[in-house]
Amino acid sequence: MQALKAQILEILNEDCRTPLERIAVMLGCDLPRVAQALEELEQDRVILHYSPIINWDRTDKERVEAMIEVKVTPQRDMGFDAIAGRIYRFEEVKSVYLMSGSYDLLVLVEARTLKELALFVSEKLSPLDSVTGTSTSFVLKRYKQDGVIFVGESTDKRMAVAP
Amino acid sequence: MSSRFVSSRIAQVPPSGIRRFFDVAGTMKDAISLGVGEPDFITPYHIRSAAIDSLLDGETQYTPNLGLLSLRKEIAGYLTDRFSVSYDPEKEILVTVGASEAIDLALRVCLRPGDEVILPDPGYVSYAPCVTFAGGVAVPVTTRAEDEFRLTAASLSAAITEKTRALIFPYPNNPTGAVMTREEMEKIAAVAAQHDLLVISDEIYAELTYEGEKIAFSSLPGMRERTILINGFSKAFAMTGWRLGFACAPREILYEMNKIHQYAIMCAPRQGQVAACQALKKGRENSYEDVEGMRRSYDRRRRVMVDALRNMGLDCFEPKGAFYCFPSIKKTGLTSEEFCTRLLKEEKVVCVPGDAFGPSGAGHIRCCYATDLQKMLEAFSRMERFIHSL
Repeated sequence: MQALKAQILEILNEDCRTPLERIAVMLGCDLPRVAQALEELEQDRVILHYSPIINWDRTDKERVEAMIEVKVTPQRDMGFDAIAGRIYRFEEVKSVYLMSGSYDLLVLVEARTLKELALFVSEKLSPLDSVTGTSTSFVLKRYKQDGVIFVGESTDKRMAVAP
Repeated sequence: MSSRFVSSRIAQVPPSGIRRFFDVAGTMKDAISLGVGEPDFITPYHIRSAAIDSLLDGETQYTPNLGLLSLRKEIAGYLTDRFSVSYDPEKEILVTVGASEAIDLALRVCLRPGDEVILPDPGYVSYAPCVTFAGGVAVPVTTRAEDEFRLTAASLSAAITEKTRALIFPYPNNPTGAVMTREEMEKIAAVAAQHDLLVISDEIYAELTYEGEKIAFSSLPGMRERTILINGFSKAFAMTGWRLGFACAPREILYEMNKIHQYAIMCAPRQGQVAACQALKKGRENSYEDVEGMRRSYDRRRRVMVDALRNMGLDCFEPKGAFYCFPSIKKTGLTSEEFCTRLLKEEKVVCVPGDAFGPSGAGHIRCCYATDLQKMLEAFSRMERFIHSL
Protein backbone atom coordinates (compact mmCIF):
# COMPACT_ATOMS: atom_id res chain seq x y z
CA MET A 1 0.00 0.00 0.00
CA GLN A 2 2.85 2.39 0.81
CA ALA A 3 4.47 1.75 -2.57
CA LEU A 4 1.14 2.24 -4.30
CA LYS A 5 0.58 5.53 -2.50
CA ALA A 6 4.05 6.75 -3.41
CA GLN A 7 3.32 6.05 -7.07
CA ILE A 8 -0.07 7.75 -6.90
CA LEU A 9 1.57 10.84 -5.42
CA GLU A 10 4.15 10.82 -8.21
CA ILE A 11 1.41 10.68 -10.84
CA LEU A 12 -0.77 13.37 -9.26
CA ASN A 13 2.20 15.59 -8.68
CA GLU A 14 2.76 15.53 -12.43
CA ASP A 15 -0.90 16.02 -13.30
CA CYS A 16 -3.51 16.18 -10.56
CA ARG A 17 -6.27 15.86 -13.12
CA THR A 18 -5.27 12.30 -14.03
CA PRO A 19 -8.51 10.32 -13.82
CA LEU A 20 -8.63 7.47 -11.31
CA GLU A 21 -9.25 4.99 -14.11
CA ARG A 22 -6.06 6.02 -15.84
CA ILE A 23 -4.07 5.84 -12.63
CA ALA A 24 -5.34 2.29 -12.22
CA VAL A 25 -4.20 1.43 -15.77
CA MET A 26 -0.85 3.11 -15.25
CA LEU A 27 -0.15 1.10 -12.13
CA GLY A 28 -1.69 -2.14 -13.32
CA CYS A 29 -3.85 -2.05 -10.22
CA ASP A 30 -7.61 -2.43 -9.83
CA LEU A 31 -9.71 0.67 -9.49
CA PRO A 32 -11.10 0.10 -5.96
CA ARG A 33 -7.57 -0.22 -4.53
CA VAL A 34 -6.47 3.00 -6.18
CA ALA A 35 -9.62 4.75 -4.97
CA GLN A 36 -9.04 3.53 -1.43
CA ALA A 37 -5.39 4.58 -1.44
CA LEU A 38 -6.33 8.02 -2.67
CA GLU A 39 -9.03 8.36 -0.06
CA GLU A 40 -6.54 7.48 2.66
CA LEU A 41 -4.05 9.99 1.31
CA GLU A 42 -6.72 12.67 1.54
CA GLN A 43 -7.95 11.56 4.97
CA ASP A 44 -4.43 11.47 6.35
CA ARG A 45 -3.96 14.96 4.96
CA VAL A 46 -1.05 13.86 2.81
CA ILE A 47 -2.92 15.38 -0.10
CA LEU A 48 -4.44 18.66 1.09
CA HIS A 49 -5.61 20.34 -2.03
CA TYR A 50 -5.64 20.17 -5.82
CA SER A 51 -4.99 23.42 -7.59
CA PRO A 52 -3.66 24.57 -10.96
CA ILE A 53 -0.49 26.54 -11.53
CA ILE A 54 -1.65 29.77 -13.11
CA ASN A 55 0.38 32.31 -14.98
CA TRP A 56 -1.56 35.37 -13.80
CA ASP A 57 0.48 37.62 -16.04
CA ARG A 58 -1.43 36.19 -18.95
CA THR A 59 -4.75 37.17 -17.44
CA ASP A 60 -6.17 40.64 -16.91
CA LYS A 61 -6.21 40.19 -13.17
CA GLU A 62 -4.44 42.91 -11.18
CA ARG A 63 -2.20 41.27 -8.68
CA VAL A 64 0.97 41.92 -6.72
CA GLU A 65 2.97 39.51 -4.66
CA ALA A 66 5.65 39.95 -2.08
CA MET A 67 7.89 37.82 0.02
CA ILE A 68 8.27 39.20 3.51
CA GLU A 69 11.07 38.18 5.79
CA VAL A 70 9.76 38.46 9.32
CA LYS A 71 11.70 38.47 12.56
CA VAL A 72 9.71 37.50 15.61
CA THR A 73 10.17 36.79 19.28
CA PRO A 74 9.27 33.16 19.96
CA GLN A 75 6.85 32.62 22.82
CA ARG A 76 7.45 30.40 25.80
CA ASP A 77 6.07 26.84 25.33
CA MET A 78 4.66 27.79 21.94
CA GLY A 79 7.86 28.56 20.04
CA PHE A 80 6.99 30.07 16.69
CA ASP A 81 3.71 28.25 16.20
CA ALA A 82 1.43 30.76 17.86
CA ILE A 83 2.75 33.77 16.01
CA ALA A 84 2.84 31.81 12.74
CA GLY A 85 -0.82 31.02 13.38
CA ARG A 86 -1.63 34.67 13.83
CA ILE A 87 0.03 35.44 10.54
CA TYR A 88 -1.31 32.63 8.39
CA ARG A 89 -4.87 33.48 9.34
CA PHE A 90 -4.72 36.71 7.35
CA GLU A 91 -6.36 36.03 4.03
CA GLU A 92 -3.71 38.01 2.13
CA VAL A 93 -1.15 35.47 3.26
CA LYS A 94 -0.64 32.62 0.79
CA SER A 95 2.24 30.77 2.44
CA VAL A 96 4.18 30.86 5.67
CA TYR A 97 7.41 29.01 6.31
CA LEU A 98 9.59 28.81 9.41
CA MET A 99 13.13 29.39 8.22
CA SER A 100 16.65 28.82 9.41
CA GLY A 101 18.99 31.75 8.94
CA SER A 102 18.87 35.45 9.58
CA TYR A 103 15.09 35.75 9.90
CA ASP A 104 12.38 33.51 11.28
CA LEU A 105 9.33 33.42 9.06
CA LEU A 106 9.01 33.78 5.31
CA VAL A 107 5.57 35.08 4.46
CA LEU A 108 4.20 35.11 0.91
CA VAL A 109 1.54 37.73 0.50
CA GLU A 110 -0.77 38.53 -2.35
CA ALA A 111 -2.84 41.66 -2.86
CA ARG A 112 -4.58 43.56 -5.65
CA THR A 113 -2.35 46.62 -5.60
CA LEU A 114 0.98 47.71 -4.28
CA LYS A 115 -0.71 50.04 -1.85
CA GLU A 116 -2.94 47.34 -0.49
CA LEU A 117 0.06 45.15 0.12
CA ALA A 118 2.05 47.93 1.79
CA LEU A 119 -0.89 48.63 4.06
CA PHE A 120 -1.10 44.99 4.98
CA VAL A 121 2.47 45.14 6.22
CA SER A 122 2.14 48.41 8.06
CA GLU A 123 -1.31 47.89 9.53
CA LYS A 124 -1.63 44.17 10.07
CA LEU A 125 1.71 42.45 10.13
CA SER A 126 4.13 44.89 11.77
CA PRO A 127 1.83 45.83 14.70
CA LEU A 128 1.71 42.22 15.92
CA ASP A 129 3.33 42.03 19.37
CA SER A 130 5.91 39.39 18.60
CA VAL A 131 6.99 40.82 15.28
CA THR A 132 10.25 42.67 15.74
CA GLY A 133 11.06 43.44 12.11
CA THR A 134 10.00 42.91 8.51
CA SER A 135 11.69 43.18 5.14
CA THR A 136 9.42 43.18 2.12
CA SER A 137 10.52 42.17 -1.39
CA PHE A 138 8.12 42.42 -4.31
CA VAL A 139 7.97 39.69 -6.92
CA LEU A 140 8.79 41.19 -10.32
CA LYS A 141 8.70 38.19 -12.57
CA ARG A 142 8.01 34.53 -12.13
CA TYR A 143 10.35 32.17 -13.98
CA LYS A 144 9.52 28.86 -12.41
CA GLN A 145 7.12 27.65 -9.77
CA ASP A 146 6.61 24.18 -8.35
CA GLY A 147 8.78 22.69 -11.05
CA VAL A 148 6.95 24.41 -13.88
CA ILE A 149 8.85 26.86 -16.05
CA PHE A 150 6.84 29.98 -16.93
CA VAL A 151 8.96 31.52 -19.65
CA GLY A 152 9.69 30.28 -23.16
CA GLU A 153 8.26 27.26 -24.91
CA SER A 154 9.36 23.77 -24.03
CA THR A 155 10.29 22.02 -27.21
CA ASP A 156 11.01 18.39 -27.82
CA LYS A 157 14.45 18.38 -29.36
CA ARG A 158 14.22 14.83 -30.63
CA MET A 159 13.93 13.92 -34.29
CA ALA A 160 10.50 12.61 -35.23
CA VAL A 161 11.83 9.21 -36.20
CA ALA A 162 14.90 7.48 -34.86
CA PRO A 163 16.13 3.94 -34.32
CA MET B 1 29.68 8.10 -62.41
CA SER B 2 31.55 7.95 -59.16
CA SER B 3 29.52 5.00 -57.95
CA ARG B 4 32.11 2.70 -59.55
CA PHE B 5 34.28 3.53 -56.53
CA VAL B 6 31.71 2.13 -54.12
CA SER B 7 32.08 -1.48 -53.06
CA SER B 8 29.11 -3.59 -54.00
CA ARG B 9 29.16 -5.08 -50.50
CA ILE B 10 28.20 -1.67 -49.15
CA ALA B 11 25.99 -0.56 -52.02
CA GLN B 12 23.80 -3.67 -51.75
CA VAL B 13 22.76 -2.78 -48.18
CA PRO B 14 19.62 -0.60 -48.18
CA PRO B 15 19.47 2.46 -45.93
CA SER B 16 17.48 2.16 -42.72
CA GLY B 17 13.73 1.90 -43.28
CA ILE B 18 13.30 4.15 -40.30
CA ARG B 19 15.16 7.04 -41.91
CA ARG B 20 13.05 6.84 -45.04
CA PHE B 21 10.06 7.70 -42.93
CA PHE B 22 11.83 10.45 -41.14
CA ASP B 23 12.02 12.68 -44.22
CA VAL B 24 8.25 12.88 -44.52
CA ALA B 25 7.56 13.29 -40.82
CA GLY B 26 10.19 15.97 -40.36
CA THR B 27 8.30 18.37 -42.60
CA MET B 28 5.00 18.18 -40.69
CA LYS B 29 4.47 20.74 -38.01
CA ASP B 30 1.79 19.42 -35.72
CA ALA B 31 2.60 15.76 -36.17
CA ILE B 32 2.81 13.68 -32.99
CA SER B 33 5.65 11.26 -33.14
CA LEU B 34 5.51 7.79 -31.66
CA GLY B 35 8.40 7.03 -33.99
CA VAL B 36 11.29 8.06 -31.81
CA GLY B 37 13.75 5.63 -30.33
CA GLU B 38 15.06 7.60 -27.41
CA PRO B 39 13.97 8.80 -23.98
CA ASP B 40 11.85 11.95 -23.71
CA PHE B 41 13.78 12.85 -20.58
CA ILE B 42 16.81 15.00 -20.96
CA THR B 43 20.03 13.92 -19.29
CA PRO B 44 19.78 14.60 -15.53
CA TYR B 45 21.17 17.98 -14.55
CA HIS B 46 24.05 16.75 -12.41
CA ILE B 47 25.35 14.67 -15.32
CA ARG B 48 25.25 17.60 -17.76
CA SER B 49 26.84 19.78 -15.14
CA ALA B 50 29.78 17.37 -14.68
CA ALA B 51 30.50 17.57 -18.42
CA ILE B 52 30.36 21.38 -18.38
CA ASP B 53 32.73 21.51 -15.41
CA SER B 54 35.15 19.24 -17.20
CA LEU B 55 35.11 21.53 -20.25
CA LEU B 56 35.68 24.58 -18.08
CA ASP B 57 38.56 22.77 -16.40
CA GLY B 58 40.15 22.36 -19.80
CA GLU B 59 39.69 18.61 -20.07
CA THR B 60 39.77 18.58 -23.85
CA GLN B 61 42.37 15.91 -24.55
CA TYR B 62 42.31 12.29 -25.70
CA THR B 63 41.62 9.65 -23.11
CA PRO B 64 43.17 6.17 -23.11
CA ASN B 65 41.84 4.01 -25.96
CA LEU B 66 39.89 1.86 -23.53
CA GLY B 67 38.36 4.95 -21.94
CA LEU B 68 39.10 6.77 -18.67
CA LEU B 69 40.14 4.25 -16.04
CA SER B 70 37.89 6.01 -13.52
CA LEU B 71 34.92 5.37 -15.82
CA ARG B 72 35.89 1.75 -16.44
CA LYS B 73 36.09 1.22 -12.69
CA GLU B 74 32.65 2.76 -12.28
CA ILE B 75 31.29 0.50 -15.03
CA ALA B 76 32.79 -2.55 -13.33
CA GLY B 77 31.15 -1.52 -10.06
CA TYR B 78 27.85 -0.81 -11.77
CA LEU B 79 27.76 -4.22 -13.47
CA THR B 80 28.48 -5.94 -10.17
CA ASP B 81 25.83 -3.86 -8.38
CA ARG B 82 23.06 -4.21 -10.89
CA PHE B 83 23.81 -7.36 -12.88
CA SER B 84 26.03 -9.51 -10.63
CA VAL B 85 28.74 -9.86 -13.26
CA SER B 86 32.34 -8.88 -12.74
CA TYR B 87 34.74 -7.54 -15.34
CA ASP B 88 38.29 -6.33 -14.91
CA PRO B 89 38.37 -2.58 -15.63
CA GLU B 90 41.99 -2.84 -16.77
CA LYS B 91 41.52 -5.46 -19.45
CA GLU B 92 37.92 -6.44 -19.98
CA ILE B 93 35.98 -3.18 -20.41
CA LEU B 94 36.07 -0.92 -23.47
CA VAL B 95 34.28 2.43 -23.61
CA THR B 96 32.77 2.93 -27.07
CA VAL B 97 30.98 5.55 -29.14
CA GLY B 98 27.54 4.32 -28.23
CA ALA B 99 26.57 0.68 -27.98
CA SER B 100 26.39 0.84 -31.79
CA GLU B 101 30.15 0.95 -32.12
CA ALA B 102 30.44 -1.96 -29.73
CA ILE B 103 28.15 -4.05 -31.93
CA ASP B 104 30.24 -3.25 -34.97
CA LEU B 105 33.49 -4.07 -33.15
CA ALA B 106 32.14 -7.34 -31.82
CA LEU B 107 31.13 -8.48 -35.29
CA ARG B 108 34.33 -7.36 -36.96
CA VAL B 109 36.45 -9.12 -34.39
CA CYS B 110 34.76 -12.48 -34.66
CA LEU B 111 33.62 -12.87 -38.25
CA ARG B 112 35.55 -14.61 -41.00
CA PRO B 113 34.30 -14.27 -44.58
CA GLY B 114 31.02 -16.12 -44.98
CA ASP B 115 30.47 -16.78 -41.27
CA GLU B 116 26.84 -16.77 -40.28
CA VAL B 117 25.34 -14.72 -37.48
CA ILE B 118 21.92 -15.55 -36.10
CA LEU B 119 19.70 -12.68 -35.10
CA PRO B 120 16.14 -12.58 -33.83
CA ASP B 121 13.75 -11.03 -36.33
CA PRO B 122 12.21 -8.49 -35.80
CA GLY B 123 15.22 -6.78 -34.31
CA TYR B 124 17.16 -3.58 -34.22
CA VAL B 125 17.88 -2.19 -37.69
CA SER B 126 21.66 -2.16 -37.56
CA TYR B 127 22.49 -5.79 -36.77
CA ALA B 128 22.08 -7.30 -40.24
CA PRO B 129 23.88 -4.47 -42.10
CA CYS B 130 26.75 -4.56 -39.60
CA VAL B 131 27.06 -8.31 -40.15
CA THR B 132 27.26 -7.70 -43.90
CA PHE B 133 29.80 -4.91 -43.50
CA ALA B 134 31.93 -7.28 -41.44
CA GLY B 135 31.86 -9.85 -44.23
CA GLY B 136 29.41 -12.20 -42.56
CA VAL B 137 25.97 -13.45 -43.45
CA ALA B 138 22.98 -12.48 -41.32
CA VAL B 139 20.57 -15.30 -40.58
CA PRO B 140 17.30 -13.92 -39.25
CA VAL B 141 15.27 -16.18 -36.98
CA THR B 142 11.62 -15.30 -36.69
CA THR B 143 10.25 -14.65 -33.23
CA ARG B 144 6.48 -14.73 -32.79
CA ALA B 145 3.91 -12.87 -30.76
CA GLU B 146 2.63 -16.30 -29.59
CA ASP B 147 6.03 -16.87 -27.96
CA GLU B 148 5.99 -13.32 -26.60
CA PHE B 149 8.64 -12.54 -29.23
CA ARG B 150 11.20 -14.59 -27.35
CA LEU B 151 13.94 -16.48 -29.12
CA THR B 152 13.27 -20.16 -28.54
CA ALA B 153 16.01 -22.75 -28.23
CA ALA B 154 14.27 -24.82 -30.88
CA SER B 155 14.23 -22.10 -33.53
CA LEU B 156 17.80 -21.19 -32.69
CA SER B 157 18.93 -24.80 -33.08
CA ALA B 158 17.09 -25.10 -36.37
CA ALA B 159 18.97 -22.13 -37.81
CA ILE B 160 22.43 -23.36 -36.88
CA THR B 161 24.71 -24.61 -39.67
CA GLU B 162 28.41 -25.43 -39.86
CA LYS B 163 29.03 -21.80 -40.68
CA THR B 164 27.25 -20.32 -37.67
CA ARG B 165 29.71 -18.28 -35.69
CA ALA B 166 27.71 -16.04 -33.43
CA LEU B 167 24.31 -15.16 -32.02
CA ILE B 168 23.16 -11.61 -31.48
CA PHE B 169 21.04 -11.69 -28.36
CA PRO B 170 19.14 -8.41 -27.99
CA TYR B 171 16.87 -8.45 -24.94
CA PRO B 172 14.92 -6.46 -23.82
CA ASN B 173 14.14 -6.16 -27.48
CA ASN B 174 13.71 -3.21 -29.78
CA PRO B 175 11.12 -3.15 -31.40
CA THR B 176 9.02 -5.82 -29.66
CA GLY B 177 9.66 -5.08 -25.99
CA ALA B 178 10.19 -8.79 -25.34
CA VAL B 179 12.30 -9.95 -22.41
CA MET B 180 13.69 -13.41 -21.76
CA THR B 181 13.17 -15.42 -18.59
CA ARG B 182 16.10 -17.06 -16.85
CA GLU B 183 14.86 -20.51 -17.77
CA GLU B 184 14.67 -19.64 -21.46
CA MET B 185 18.05 -17.97 -21.38
CA GLU B 186 19.55 -21.10 -19.89
CA LYS B 187 18.18 -23.11 -22.80
CA ILE B 188 19.70 -20.64 -25.27
CA ALA B 189 22.95 -20.87 -23.32
CA ALA B 190 22.94 -24.65 -23.64
CA VAL B 191 22.54 -24.41 -27.42
CA ALA B 192 25.29 -21.79 -27.61
CA ALA B 193 27.62 -24.05 -25.65
CA GLN B 194 26.75 -27.13 -27.68
CA HIS B 195 27.55 -25.38 -30.97
CA ASP B 196 30.35 -23.23 -29.58
CA LEU B 197 28.72 -19.92 -30.53
CA LEU B 198 29.88 -16.49 -29.53
CA VAL B 199 26.99 -14.57 -27.98
CA ILE B 200 26.83 -10.84 -28.61
CA SER B 201 24.43 -9.74 -25.92
CA ASP B 202 23.04 -6.27 -26.57
CA GLU B 203 21.72 -5.23 -23.16
CA ILE B 204 21.18 -1.54 -23.89
CA TYR B 205 17.59 -1.72 -22.61
CA ALA B 206 18.37 -3.91 -19.59
CA GLU B 207 17.60 -1.18 -17.05
CA LEU B 208 14.20 -0.72 -18.66
CA THR B 209 12.85 -4.10 -17.62
CA TYR B 210 9.36 -3.84 -16.14
CA GLU B 211 8.53 -7.43 -15.34
CA GLY B 212 10.81 -10.24 -14.37
CA GLU B 213 14.46 -9.99 -13.39
CA LYS B 214 17.06 -8.28 -15.49
CA ILE B 215 19.77 -10.77 -16.29
CA ALA B 216 23.12 -10.27 -17.98
CA PHE B 217 23.70 -13.16 -20.36
CA SER B 218 27.29 -13.52 -19.17
CA SER B 219 26.06 -14.14 -15.63
CA LEU B 220 24.69 -17.52 -16.70
CA PRO B 221 26.94 -20.46 -15.77
CA GLY B 222 29.69 -21.00 -18.32
CA MET B 223 28.62 -18.14 -20.59
CA ARG B 224 31.14 -15.49 -19.61
CA GLU B 225 33.93 -16.84 -21.80
CA ARG B 226 31.73 -16.82 -24.91
CA THR B 227 29.83 -13.58 -24.35
CA ILE B 228 30.42 -10.01 -25.40
CA LEU B 229 28.26 -7.87 -23.14
CA ILE B 230 27.17 -4.60 -24.73
CA ASN B 231 25.47 -1.81 -22.84
CA GLY B 232 25.57 1.96 -22.63
CA PHE B 233 24.17 5.14 -21.19
CA SER B 234 21.70 6.20 -23.88
CA LYS B 235 18.53 4.56 -22.63
CA ALA B 236 19.01 4.11 -18.90
CA PHE B 237 20.47 7.57 -18.27
CA ALA B 238 18.77 9.46 -21.13
CA MET B 239 22.10 10.16 -22.81
CA THR B 240 21.51 9.25 -26.47
CA GLY B 241 23.22 12.26 -28.02
CA TRP B 242 26.36 11.79 -25.94
CA ARG B 243 27.16 8.60 -27.83
CA LEU B 244 28.53 6.57 -25.01
CA GLY B 245 28.44 2.84 -24.62
CA PHE B 246 30.68 0.02 -23.53
CA ALA B 247 31.63 -3.54 -24.30
CA CYS B 248 32.77 -6.14 -21.80
CA ALA B 249 34.40 -9.37 -22.84
CA PRO B 250 37.10 -11.82 -21.86
CA ARG B 251 40.48 -10.14 -22.32
CA GLU B 252 41.48 -12.14 -25.42
CA ILE B 253 38.44 -10.79 -27.26
CA LEU B 254 38.46 -7.32 -25.80
CA TYR B 255 42.13 -6.88 -26.68
CA GLU B 256 41.25 -7.36 -30.36
CA MET B 257 38.18 -5.13 -30.21
CA ASN B 258 40.32 -2.41 -28.74
CA LYS B 259 42.71 -2.72 -31.70
CA ILE B 260 39.99 -1.78 -34.17
CA HIS B 261 38.73 0.90 -31.81
CA GLN B 262 42.20 2.43 -31.33
CA TYR B 263 42.91 2.63 -35.05
CA ALA B 264 39.44 3.66 -36.20
CA ILE B 265 38.12 5.79 -33.35
CA MET B 266 40.98 6.49 -30.93
CA CYS B 267 38.71 7.02 -27.96
CA ALA B 268 35.12 7.91 -27.10
CA PRO B 269 34.58 11.67 -26.59
CA ARG B 270 36.00 12.78 -23.29
CA GLN B 271 33.07 14.85 -22.02
CA GLY B 272 30.72 11.96 -22.57
CA GLN B 273 33.02 9.79 -20.50
CA VAL B 274 33.14 12.33 -17.70
CA ALA B 275 29.35 12.61 -17.78
CA ALA B 276 28.93 8.84 -17.73
CA CYS B 277 31.30 8.59 -14.80
CA GLN B 278 29.16 11.08 -12.89
CA ALA B 279 26.00 9.17 -13.81
CA LEU B 280 27.34 5.96 -12.28
CA LYS B 281 28.99 7.56 -9.29
CA LYS B 282 25.81 9.35 -8.26
CA GLY B 283 23.81 6.25 -9.09
CA ARG B 284 25.86 4.21 -6.67
CA GLU B 285 25.28 6.81 -3.96
CA ASN B 286 21.54 7.21 -4.39
CA SER B 287 20.45 3.71 -5.44
CA TYR B 288 20.17 4.76 -9.09
CA GLU B 289 17.35 7.15 -8.33
CA ASP B 290 17.46 8.76 -11.79
CA VAL B 291 17.21 5.44 -13.57
CA GLU B 292 14.49 4.12 -11.29
CA GLY B 293 12.42 7.29 -11.59
CA MET B 294 12.51 7.18 -15.38
CA ARG B 295 11.78 3.48 -15.38
CA ARG B 296 8.66 3.99 -13.26
CA SER B 297 7.51 6.73 -15.59
CA TYR B 298 7.96 4.55 -18.70
CA ASP B 299 6.26 1.67 -16.97
CA ARG B 300 3.10 3.71 -16.37
CA ARG B 301 2.99 4.98 -19.91
CA ARG B 302 3.60 1.44 -21.16
CA ARG B 303 0.41 0.29 -19.48
CA VAL B 304 -1.53 3.24 -20.81
CA MET B 305 -0.36 2.53 -24.35
CA VAL B 306 -1.09 -1.19 -24.28
CA ASP B 307 -4.53 -0.46 -22.87
CA ALA B 308 -5.24 2.16 -25.54
CA LEU B 309 -4.02 0.04 -28.46
CA ARG B 310 -6.12 -2.90 -27.31
CA ASN B 311 -9.13 -0.65 -26.90
CA MET B 312 -8.69 0.38 -30.53
CA GLY B 313 -9.12 -3.27 -31.39
CA LEU B 314 -5.48 -3.98 -32.20
CA ASP B 315 -3.79 -7.15 -31.00
CA CYS B 316 -0.98 -5.96 -28.82
CA PHE B 317 1.55 -8.14 -27.06
CA GLU B 318 2.33 -6.64 -23.66
CA PRO B 319 5.94 -5.50 -23.81
CA LYS B 320 7.99 -6.22 -20.69
CA GLY B 321 11.02 -4.10 -21.47
CA ALA B 322 12.44 -1.22 -23.57
CA PHE B 323 9.92 1.52 -24.45
CA TYR B 324 8.01 0.27 -27.45
CA CYS B 325 4.71 -1.39 -28.19
CA PHE B 326 4.59 -3.55 -31.28
CA PRO B 327 0.90 -4.09 -32.08
CA SER B 328 -0.35 -6.10 -35.02
CA ILE B 329 -2.28 -4.10 -37.60
CA LYS B 330 -3.12 -7.12 -39.76
CA LYS B 331 -6.82 -6.75 -38.93
CA THR B 332 -6.95 -3.48 -40.83
CA GLY B 333 -6.01 -5.23 -44.06
CA LEU B 334 -3.24 -2.71 -44.63
CA THR B 335 0.46 -3.42 -44.83
CA SER B 336 2.66 -1.80 -42.19
CA GLU B 337 3.94 0.63 -44.75
CA GLU B 338 0.44 1.60 -45.94
CA PHE B 339 -0.81 1.90 -42.38
CA CYS B 340 2.00 4.20 -41.29
CA THR B 341 1.98 6.30 -44.46
CA ARG B 342 -1.77 6.86 -44.31
CA LEU B 343 -1.78 7.43 -40.55
CA LEU B 344 0.84 10.10 -41.03
CA LYS B 345 -0.92 11.70 -43.97
CA GLU B 346 -4.45 11.56 -42.62
CA GLU B 347 -3.93 12.03 -38.89
CA LYS B 348 -0.36 13.24 -38.53
CA VAL B 349 0.78 10.52 -36.19
CA VAL B 350 4.17 8.96 -36.77
CA CYS B 351 4.69 5.25 -36.16
CA VAL B 352 7.37 3.05 -37.66
CA PRO B 353 6.40 0.18 -40.01
CA GLY B 354 7.27 -3.13 -38.36
CA ASP B 355 9.10 -4.51 -41.39
CA ALA B 356 11.76 -1.83 -40.98
CA PHE B 357 12.98 -4.25 -38.29
CA GLY B 358 13.10 -7.29 -40.52
CA PRO B 359 10.65 -9.27 -42.63
CA SER B 360 9.00 -10.83 -39.57
CA GLY B 361 7.92 -7.39 -38.43
CA ALA B 362 5.49 -7.16 -41.35
CA GLY B 363 1.93 -6.54 -40.21
CA HIS B 364 3.09 -4.68 -37.11
CA ILE B 365 3.95 -1.11 -36.23
CA ARG B 366 6.32 0.21 -33.59
CA CYS B 367 4.98 2.85 -31.23
CA CYS B 368 7.26 4.46 -28.68
CA TYR B 369 5.82 5.32 -25.28
CA ALA B 370 8.76 7.49 -24.26
CA THR B 371 6.40 10.26 -25.25
CA ASP B 372 4.63 12.95 -23.25
CA LEU B 373 1.45 11.42 -21.85
CA GLN B 374 -0.89 14.15 -23.09
CA LYS B 375 0.54 13.92 -26.58
CA MET B 376 0.26 10.17 -26.46
CA LEU B 377 -3.42 10.39 -25.50
CA GLU B 378 -4.02 12.76 -28.39
CA ALA B 379 -2.19 10.38 -30.73
CA PHE B 380 -4.41 7.51 -29.56
CA SER B 381 -7.60 9.38 -30.34
CA ARG B 382 -6.26 10.21 -33.80
CA MET B 383 -5.28 6.58 -34.38
CA GLU B 384 -8.66 5.39 -33.25
CA ARG B 385 -10.38 7.77 -35.65
CA PHE B 386 -8.08 6.55 -38.41
CA ILE B 387 -8.77 2.89 -37.75
CA HIS B 388 -12.52 3.46 -37.68
CA SER B 389 -12.33 5.34 -40.96
CA LEU B 390 -10.88 2.30 -42.74
